[in-house]
Amino acid sequence: MKSFISKRAIASGVSLVGLVVLVFFLSRLTGDPTDLYLPLDASMEMREQFREMHGFNDPLILQFGRYVADLAQFNFGQSLRQARPAMEVVLEAFSWTLWLALITMTCVTAAAIVIGSLAAFRVGGIFDRIATFFSLIGASAPDFWLAIVAIVIFAVNLHWLPTSGTGTAWHWILPVGVLFIRPFGLILQVVRGSMINVLSSAYVKTARAKGVRTPTIIFVHGLRNAMLPVVTVIGDQAAAILNGAVVVETVFGFPGIGKLMIDSILLRDFAVVLAVIMVSALAIFIMNLLIDLAYALLDPRIRY
Amino acid sequence: MTETQILSERKQSGPLARWFLMLWADKFAFFAALFLLLAVLCAIFGPYLFEAVAIKQNLRGRNAPPFDLARGWIYILGADALGRPLLARIVVAAQNTMLVAAAAVAVSSLVGAVLGLVAGYSRRSAAQWIMRLGDVIMSFPSLLLAVIVLYMLEPSVANIVVVLAITRIPIYLRTTRAEVLEVRERMFIQAAIVMGASHPRIVFRHILPVIFPTLVTIATLDFAFVMLAESSLSFLGIGIQAPEITWGLMVSQGRPYLTNAWWLSFWPGLAIILTTLSLNLLSNWIRIALDPTQRWRLEMGGRKNG
Repeated sequence: MKSFISKRAIASGVSLVGLVVLVFFLSRLTGDPTDLYLPLDASMEMREQFREMHGFNDPLILQFGRYVADLAQFNFGQSLRQARPAMEVVLEAFSWTLWLALITMTCVTAAAIVIGSLAAFRVGGIFDRIATFFSLIGASAPDFWLAIVAIVIFAVNLHWLPTSGTGTAWHWILPVGVLFIRPFGLILQVVRGSMINVLSSAYVKTARAKGVRTPTIIFVHGLRNAMLPVVTVIGDQAAAILNGAVVVETVFGFPGIGKLMIDSILLRDFAVVLAVIMVSALAIFIMNLLIDLAYALLDPRIRY
Repeated sequence: MTETQILSERKQSGPLARWFLMLWADKFAFFAALFLLLAVLCAIFGPYLFEAVAIKQNLRGRNAPPFDLARGWIYILGADALGRPLLARIVVAAQNTMLVAAAAVAVSSLVGAVLGLVAGYSRRSAAQWIMRLGDVIMSFPSLLLAVIVLYMLEPSVANIVVVLAITRIPIYLRTTRAEVLEVRERMFIQAAIVMGASHPRIVFRHILPVIFPTLVTIATLDFAFVMLAESSLSFLGIGIQAPEITWGLMVSQGRPYLTNAWWLSFWPGLAIILTTLSLNLLSNWIRIALDPTQRWRLEMGGRKNG
């Protein structure tokens, strides 16, 4: 187990180093932040002073050397936009996104497993057809469109829910609801497919012949063995949200990591962009480990 | 009628008719194919037919509501903030939307498949480097890539294709490599090696045909994904830029008018959702139709007692 984790950590670490180097140099290509931060009528001296203060005048390679030296002391640089340590800004946004991902994926998993299993129980039945059709629509819907339509219906016309921002529990309903739909469609399909395989296997027939009640067969005998491929997809989808549900967070003004990322990119807040990438990479590394642990837990034959 | 009779009866008709009957057997897939055909026709001929109408401003008809035939049938879906008919704009925008997705899928599948073949077939360190490169691309934020390209190069349709193609390469790379690793251990490959076939011949004549169906299935699904990705980029303002139009950009252009003119964003979004839905349904059908062990479900023509 230990050697498995360390091998994983090395491979991820190598990729992360490559990524940070690449992002550092490529993001500098998108232009000088000076013009974005100083007023239009700022004098040449003020501009020069700004560049000098943030070190944009030095050669790129020197800037990179300084960044690496700072990293060695766990200093992730300053956010230009908020004049705070970049890591502080990122962790604050990350905690919002973490909650969003957690709530959404819990709802998605529960709903997809129950509905997918029931659909698999009678393949081709009316319930199966309805579930399959709606899950396909869900998997095809662009989230920005869903977000807009949801705002028009629930916030503008019905006045039930706030349009954007955070504060009360009501603010969470629309973002979670919109983020829910696509993963729900995908995971439902996988649960259904996997369940169909399991329910036609010999041990389920044995259980049925013994007279075990149907719910017990589906949710106790079947589900555990059908879960392996499902866990993989759940992991992928959770990773996508953790990486920043940029569109949904932007539309709903949700202060998560996706909105932070796009804002920082557009405003050339380089230190924050790099910090976001490192935090997301770590989060996804940890999540992949948890997924692998879940495999071992579900299937005792899997050892690391 | 017994099963063999039906099968022999079907065999007599040409291959085209047989495929059509298989498509007809799955009604969802049939209508999906019809819709996609319509979308492709729009993409090809739309700009020639409606370009002039789609850019003609009509300030009296600003945000004209849908289902109002007073201005003519072209305004059936309403008009946008400059009074341009939405129906014409959706038809014209189909071209860019489809073109970007098709080109991106073509480029990324070609590059990804070639890299995957190399990574899977050669045991050398080159394979390791290709896989690490794939990891880096996979975790490289596509938004940042889009902004970099937008600022370094011009925000043209071709450059959006480059951005989308780069981000999708790892999918094909990983799938191809995994399949190659499995196929290369099979007996017929070893036989080819023993008989002295050259490496390119083994890769392209013996391995590629086996993994090709998988690649086609992924590409169909990926087409839908790339369309959504392009729409999202355009929606965020870092994709296709204004005088050009795509469906995603139209949704974003309608956003400021959400409270009083919902149709500006609604119709182009519906076009996106219907196209991706059709692609998903059709790829489902393709998977069954190309699988010899599943194909009978379609050849029975949906007859329960066949």
